[in-house]
Amino acid sequence: MDFLLDAETTPHKLVLMVVAIALFVVVMGAILFAVDKPKRVPNWLLVLGFIGPPLLIMAFGLVYPALRTLFNSFFNADGSQFVGVDNYTAIFSSEGLQVVLRNTVLWVVLVPLLATFFGLVYAYLVDRTRFENFAKMLVFLPMAISGVAAGLIWRFVYEYRPDQEGINQIGLLNQLLVWLGLEPRQFLLDQPTNTFFIIVVMVWINAGFAMTVLSASIKAIPDDITEAARLDGVSGIGMFRYVTVPSIRPALVVVLTTVAISTLKVFDIIYTMTGSQYGTSVIATEFYSQTFRQFNDGLGAALAVLLFVLVIPIIAYNVRQLRLSEEIR
Amino acid sequence: MSVRQTTRRTRSAAALAAGLGVLVAVSGCASQEQAGVGGGGENTAGAEAAESEIDCTQFEQFGDTDGAEVEVYTTIVDPESQSFIDAFGPFTECTGIEINYNGSRQFEAQLPVRVQSGNAPDIAFLPQPGLLAQMVSTGAVVEPPQAVVDNVDQYFSEDWKNYGTVDGTFYAAPLGANVKSFVWYSPSAFEEAGYEIPTTWDELMTLSDTIAATGVKPWCAGIASGEATGWPATDFLEDVVLHAQGPDVYDQWINHEIPFNDPAIAESLAQVGTVLKNDEYVNGGLGDVRSVASTEFQAAGLPILDGTCFMHRQASFYQANWPAGTDVSEDGDVFAFPFPTINEEVGNAVVGGGEFVAAFNEEPATQAVQYWLSTADWANLKAQASNPGWLNANLELDPANLKSPIDQLAVEQLQDPEVTFRFDASDLMPAQVGADAEWQQLTDWIAADQSDEDTLNNIEAAWPQ
Repeated sequence: MDFLLDAETTPHKLVLMVVAIALFVVVMGAILFAVDKPKRVPNWLLVLGFIGPPLLIMAFGLVYPALRTLFNSFFNADGSQFVGVDNYTAIFSSEGLQVVLRNTVLWVVLVPLLATFFGLVYAYLVDRTRFENFAKMLVFLPMAISGVAAGLIWRFVYEYRPDQEGINQIGLLNQLLVWLGLEPRQFLLDQPTNTFFIIVVMVWINAGFAMTVLSASIKAIPDDITEAARLDGVSGIGMFRYVTVPSIRPALVVVLTTVAISTLKVFDIIYTMTGSQYGTSVIATEFYSQTFRQFNDGLGAALAVLLFVLVIPIIAYNVRQLRLSEEIR
Repeated sequence: MSVRQTTRRTRSAAALAAGLGVLVAVSGCASQEQAGVGGGGENTAGAEAAESEIDCTQFEQFGDTDGAEVEVYTTIVDPESQSFIDAFGPFTECTGIEINYNGSRQFEAQLPVRVQSGNAPDIAFLPQPGLLAQMVSTGAVVEPPQAVVDNVDQYFSEDWKNYGTVDGTFYAAPLGANVKSFVWYSPSAFEEAGYEIPTTWDELMTLSDTIAATGVKPWCAGIASGEATGWPATDFLEDVVLHAQGPDVYDQWINHEIPFNDPAIAESLAQVGTVLKNDEYVNGGLGDVRSVASTEFQAAGLPILDGTCFMHRQASFYQANWPAGTDVSEDGDVFAFPFPTINEEVGNAVVGGGEFVAAFNEEPATQAVQYWLSTADWANLKAQASNPGWLNANLELDPANLKSPIDQLAVEQLQDPEVTFRFDASDLMPAQVGADAEWQQLTDWIAADQSDEDTLNNIEAAWPQ
């Protein structure tokens, strides 16, 4: 009966398929039968039946690894020796890791602000215009691509070729520079500006998300408010500043915090664009490098814990705002 | 809708989901098992190899192994894996042992995870002695049988046996090999311009100056390689350290008996800098010095074909990167000359790399595979089955079995007792140094024009206490 675990020929695979389907039918039938059997089920059993499995899965797949990571972060590279908070001290004192922290701060501050700002301005500008849907689609499209694909696309935009005979530029930006009579630049190599050029990619992806959510909130502003404001003589930038932005404040907070959380976890874009070299590493990429390439489990775990700690206040703020806005309603 | 109805519906949905889960789990197992077997490919050379005969009696010492299965876990994936699978053909015929060949690009990250979780493969091809030492420290690696030790003593040099040895215990026989100390050039372009192949560092520098004087950059280089960016620069440094300072300093350097910022290493780094950080010398067709850091290593040598540069220091395996149709031979489009001697007392030397066969259990079938991979029969069969780019350090590997002249040249160097061989230093250093700090700092050395002193001090600081 080995073929049940290791089917290689077609008949074996067919038998395996039949066995799998039969198993499915039997298990399904048994569950359905068992569900209908008792007429009165105590409430606690129902609750346990629904909440139990997810709780178990959460405990095993989320809580246990989290505690284990916390535990590991107090041990040395191979987990053989207790080192106290040495790993955390290393994060804040070593020069290389300070660059990582600096980059993370840049990312978490700039990406949510810029993405929300562009999304908001864009949503406001295209609101109720003739080509609104088309314009929104253009900005929303990047949301549909994975971070890896976005990274690859932008790597081509930034691609560098020397300005010399017989060599053609293949990067869009450098071609523009050459047409303007300037020298081509190594966008992804120059520190520390390269971090900003990678941040652009994340903003490009998230502006669409911000725009969609904010656009919906802008449309939800009651007409009588805007009308009253207009009668009071407010228009243009004043309308945006004193009516639109305060009215959609809860949505703004949600967008800012959501983007901030996804920014803290950014990995794919940096990994594909620079391989976290040239001083562009952030906490998530450094965590991967420490744990899986340098086998420094302790420091890797400490970085993961730090990431977790950084996310907590953002989530707490997010939840608080949501609750506040629901109370208003 | 009543409350009763709602609960029943949700229950059915939950049951359905549970049932599907079982189905997915069962079929998932089936496809995973299959993935281990590499896809078949047409390879006439492999078929030939399978037909040639080997002596089946040599496997009798392992008893009746018919029907056993051995999982081989490795970094070597399709298309290179096909020749491995082909070279196992006669072995399977003799012993009845099925090989489950499982290649993964995530090998280095996955192997420790598999070993720690008690799911170690039977055999793993480890690409670095450093990884071997790390695996040995987990206690999971078992010593090979005496037959393997005898084979290694017979067919391999002392050096290679040492690289499979951890703390005085021999664990892993060498498998593949590559030679890094090569400078690629274009024989036809050299002939046209009347340049001679340099055999010493001084001749190399004179040649570089001559070429630079004509307005062409003599060298092209590139060290970008994703997250591993920087490794080609470490190879260059290793070549110069070995050739200029000699094997003794090289060994002390690896074992941290001298610091990374020792004056001897500093001298060598400066010597590398006369090429890699010299605006007159690099980077032909690719930009200024800083473009060395951003050029992918695979593409870095290609300007030789365009005539925008003349020389490119890279390993024997670089031959795979030339476009299809390029004539790689001594008087063709491209070829390589051995890295020139720097110090007469050291003479000819090569830096190289390779894989090692580590076993995680003492099953007879596993030991039979270990044994087979350490024989000269296997080395020659594998050579016949392989495309250009594969070789090993087996002293009885007949260079004539290799198809590419560069591989033949590399094997001759490995087998020549006059040539000092040393393993890639960064592969032997702790991962924090050899696979992180050294890569990053040498990248900054070029990309951010960091000084030699800072570069070496920073690498030294990364050495685990």
